[in-house]
Order: sequence, then structure tokens, then C-alpha cells
Amino acid sequence: MADASLGLWTVPLAVFGGAIRVSTPFLFVSLGECITERSGRINLGLEGTLVMGAMSAYGISYLSGSPWLGVLAAGITGALFGALHAGICSLPRVNDIAVGIALMLLGTGLAFFLGKPLIEPTAARLPAIDFGWWSDIPQLRAALRINVLFLIGVAIAPLLYWAFRTTRWGLLIRTAGESADAARAMGHSVLLIRLRATMVGGFLAGIGGSFLSLFYPGSWNEGLSSGQGITAVALVIFARWDPMLCLWASLAFGGAAALGPALQSVGITSGYHLFNAAPYILTLAIMIITCSPKRTLTGAPAELSITR
Amino acid sequence: MDFGRISRRHLLQGSAALALGSTLGIRGAAAAETTVGFIYVGSRDDYGYNQAHAQGAAAVKKLPGIKVVEEEKVAETDAVEKTIESMVNLDGATLLFPTSFGYYNPHVVKMASKFPKLHFEHCGGLWTDKDPKNAGSYFGYIDEAQYISGIIAGYSTKSGKLGFVAAKPIPQVLRNINAFTLGARLANPKATTQVIFTGDWSMPVKEAEATNSLIDQGVDVLTCHVDGPKTMVENAARRGAMVCGYHVNQSPLAPKAYLTGAEWNWEALYPKFVKMIVAGEAIPNFYRGGLKEEIVKVSPYGEMVSAEARKHADDVKAKFMSGEYTIFKGPIADNKGKTVIAGGTDRGQQDPELEKMDYLVEGVIGATA
Repeated sequence: MADASLGLWTVPLAVFGGAIRVSTPFLFVSLGECITERSGRINLGLEGTLVMGAMSAYGISYLSGSPWLGVLAAGITGALFGALHAGICSLPRVNDIAVGIALMLLGTGLAFFLGKPLIEPTAARLPAIDFGWWSDIPQLRAALRINVLFLIGVAIAPLLYWAFRTTRWGLLIRTAGESADAARAMGHSVLLIRLRATMVGGFLAGIGGSFLSLFYPGSWNEGLSSGQGITAVALVIFARWDPMLCLWASLAFGGAAALGPALQSVGITSGYHLFNAAPYILTLAIMIITCSPKRTLTGAPAELSITR
Repeated sequence: MDFGRISRRHLLQGSAALALGSTLGIRGAAAAETTVGFIYVGSRDDYGYNQAHAQGAAAVKKLPGIKVVEEEKVAETDAVEKTIESMVNLDGATLLFPTSFGYYNPHVVKMASKFPKLHFEHCGGLWTDKDPKNAGSYFGYIDEAQYISGIIAGYSTKSGKLGFVAAKPIPQVLRNINAFTLGARLANPKATTQVIFTGDWSMPVKEAEATNSLIDQGVDVLTCHVDGPKTMVENAARRGAMVCGYHVNQSPLAPKAYLTGAEWNWEALYPKFVKMIVAGEAIPNFYRGGLKEEIVKVSPYGEMVSAEARKHADDVKAKFMSGEYTIFKGPIADNKGKTVIAGGTDRGQQDPELEKMDYLVEGVIGATA
């Protein structure tokens, strides 16, 4: 285009681009938490896991020069944090929510401590795939520079949906989440199922963190997460423990995060604090609309400590 | 319970040991050299506000007979009082630099009254007559450096659209946005600055989104006023836009995109302060200055800055250095068409009216609320 400006069209474009750019950490954390919660446990510590993942991914990518090795390291760190959560929760009379809060503080604190020397250096970043080659609108091309992790996340959502419904593993996780007694009666160790589910959840959350530090915004600093991990945990409830709804909710949150800056850039400047709060207002609104004092939340695993 | 009694006894023993340790600590540290304490609100190597101060501390370290103690990530709460107490009592610091704006009232004021023989130099320019005489507050007129950045940006932009990623619409930030825009319009009278407020000092995802939105609007030169400009600089450079830095020199992050930048020059000021204190001279309680006083500086120009731009910027810089240049010279209208500085009125560097700035000048696209 001769004129580089698209005027008001940049708003939907920015929301679309933002949905792709910003949603990936939400997507990974919420899918991970979805697995954990379907097994009957809440891991609130995923905020800490996300930040630890971001830090370890950046560190490993910086030291090794390979961002993919960083992603793997983030996943492993996340899985270890998941194992720690599940391990502590396996002890009798331990409250999973309290452990989660402790791990959230531990994760962020440890990441800030270990990540200190990583603030200054610049690590190798994950590459983007250019899906906008067919377009000559630079804004659209920029929005369509998509990272592989986003595509992997998008692929995991239907896979998980399918796995929960039709595979043996999916059934076991759901059984542990709906009725621990039933799972035990079938001869399975509920603790082992939950350990694995929490580790897989942590693994995904760690990878979500690697996206933050290695792709967008693309560097390690202490304000990086700004609460995205905890928002994603809330998002699972919002998505009714359904992986496909997690995907749509993550995209909506990503788009909503882009709304504030995009509106300001086209000159709609009044109430930008309100637009910046859009994702949270959205959550509140849907929670209020869908909640009812007469029944528990639809889709909530019966073994969760919030529904029990 | 048994448990309670044991732990209480242990606690008493523990605190006795601690008290003994700290008295010994004072004796140990009170050697011949002067100890200077630096306190930062964030991380020392954030490519931003705190790194600028840490560079000043590094310059102080090089002075003979001076010991420097530092602490990072001290919140703007009671935490800073505890840090000051420990620097004074354990390390024997006699000169302290609490560098964050929000440390001053009530924390620094309180500590300065408690330790009347020690010197407190706070960054922010908040000292008033009522405050203790051993507490000084200094600040720099960094809008002068932003003005130079604006001139370079005005020559470098092809679209005539500049972008500013800002944290909050407070007077210091607005002054920088306005100075940058006035500088740019000196070079290109049609240039506009689109401003986006992110709402807080460190919001990496919002800053990245703001950067992308601005570039989508056709902006090709960006600058910012947030705590850590790294996110804006890296993301803008990835999209092929040019940047002007802030706080410190960010050219190592994006050497091909970095035009110039407005930097603090604490490495010039802090050694000066320390030498004055050691020599027994008094530092004015209210210490301010710009390019001329070496409190702020301009980053070296990037390779892509044209000769014409360099010449114009250097001319204006020379006028700042000789103290004969005024940025806010009437008539100036705000971006709603209202005259904010009348024709014939010069609002010089030190004019207190500028500290209350609540408008954006003509040429800025955006609003303060």
C-alpha cells in the first residue's frame, strides 16, 4: 500500500495480531492447568512455574545459543515444579491451594534470584514463521508472523479434548478427578495419576513461560509475567475445564490485552485504563452471568477442593 | 506447650547474638575510608533507570578511599528505612543515595532526622524548606536531551509520524513528550508524535503491544519513558523501525536502529557530590541541572543519522551548553488548540510552572486522561 496507515482498520488488526502474540502463555498455562484440575487438584503455583520457565528458557538459550534447548529446559523446570507440588500434596491433610500459593512465591522469588545476571544479556530468540507472505500490507504481515509454539498450543487443545473423551489415559485422569474412590476401586493409584497430571501441567506452563522470554515480548525481566500465570489459572474455570474453550478464552484474553494500546494508537484516548482492564472485566462479567448459588459450576471436577 | 517455651528461649539467645554481632560490625567498618550507600528500586542492570544510577555508583567506586555498598530491589516502603539503617549501622555509610522517587517522603525525611550527621542525597527534586538540612534532593532536566532526540527523530522519520510509549501522564513524562515533539517539529514542522500510555512503569507485554500498534499506524521512529526501555527498543528494531533511547544508552541492543537517546549522566554527578562531601563542602539541598550541568547527556548518534541532522542537533546542544536556549518559548498551544504559554513568555529550565505540566503540545496525538 502506498499509504502506510490503515486508519481505524488497525484496531481489529491489532486485536487479531494481539490474540496471536499475547495468547500463547495463557494457552499453555490454561491447558496445563486443565489437565491438572481434571485430575482433581488445583495448582495455583503455575504463575511461579511460568516465571521460572521464562527465566530458565532465557538462561539456557543464552548459554547454549539454541532457543529450542531453552524451551525444553523451561518444560523440564515446569515439570519439576509440578512434581514438587504433587509430591507435597501427596502427604496427608495437605491443602493444594496453600501449597500452590507457596510455590507461586517460591517460583517467582527463585526466578528473580537466579535470573539476575540474565537481565542484561540478549539471548537467541525463537524464530517466527511468515504466514503473511501473500499480503503486501506490512501490518498484516507483521500480525501473521507466527511462532511455532502458538501453533503447537493450538494443536494441543483439540488433541486434549479428544484424549479426555476417548483415551484410557483421559478416562483415568477424569476418574481421579470425579471420584477418587472409583479410581482406587479400579486398582489405580490416585496420587500417581495426579502426580503425572501435575507434572504434565507444569511442563506446559514452563513452555508458556519460554514463549514470554524467547518470543514475545522477547527478553527476560522481572515484570515479564505481570500476573499472566494466575490469570490463566482463572481462565480454566472460566473455560469450564474444557480444552477447546481454553483455546478460545486464551485468544479472547490475548486480543483484549491488545485493545487498549490499539485504541490509543488510533486516537481513542479516553478511558485507556478501562480498556487496559478489559480482560479482567470480561472475566468478571462471564463469571457473574454463569454462576448460580443453586448448583456447583458445570463441568467442575467433583474432587476439586473448591467444589468438594 | 513445651514448644512455645523452647522457641522463646532460642529467640532470646538468637537476638542477643545478633545484637553482639552488630556492635562488633560497627567497629569493624569504621575504618579510615568513607562509605557511600546506593539504594535502587529495581534491578541494577535493567538497561533503564536503575542501571543509570548503578553506572554512577560504579564511577564513585573508582575514587580513592571510598567504599560503595549497594542494595537493589528495595521497595518504596519501610523496606528502604531498614536498608538505610543497616547501611548506616552495619556498613558505616555516611553518605546515602536513595535513588527512587517514592523513597523521599516520609522515609528519607525520617531517616535524615534520625541521623542528623549523615548526608542523604535523593533523586527526584522533592526537597522543601521544611525538610532536614542534611537531606538533599537533586534532579536533571532530561527534557533537554529529549529535545535533541526529537530533532534527530524529526530528520530521520520518513512518514513524519513519531511514537512515544509512556508509562503515566504525570508532569515529568508529559514534559519529555512535549520536548521531544517540539524538537521534532523544529526539524520537520509537520511531524506528529503519537503517544500511548501503558498505565505503569514496567509492563513489558503492554509496551510491546504499544510498540506494535504504533508501527502499524505508520510510525517509524519511537522513543519511550518507562523504567526499562529494552522491550520497546528490541521490538521496534525487529519491526524495522528506528528508536531513540531513554535512561541509558541502549545502542548495544539494536545498533542498526538506535538513532540517539536521552541519558542520565550520574557518572559525572555522583563523583562530584562525593568529592564535595569528603572535602567538607555543602551540597545545595536543591540541586538541578541539564546538559550544561552534566546531569543529563545525549547518546552518541547512530551511523544512519544524516549530516544535516547532526549539525542542527549539535548547534542546539551548544546553545544548551552555554545556557542560552529555552525549549518552552511562547506562543505554545496544546493539542486542543488552547494557548498554554503566551507569546513573549519564556518558560526557562528552572521555571516551576513547567513542573505542573498537564497538557500535550500541538503535534502530539493523545490525551492526558
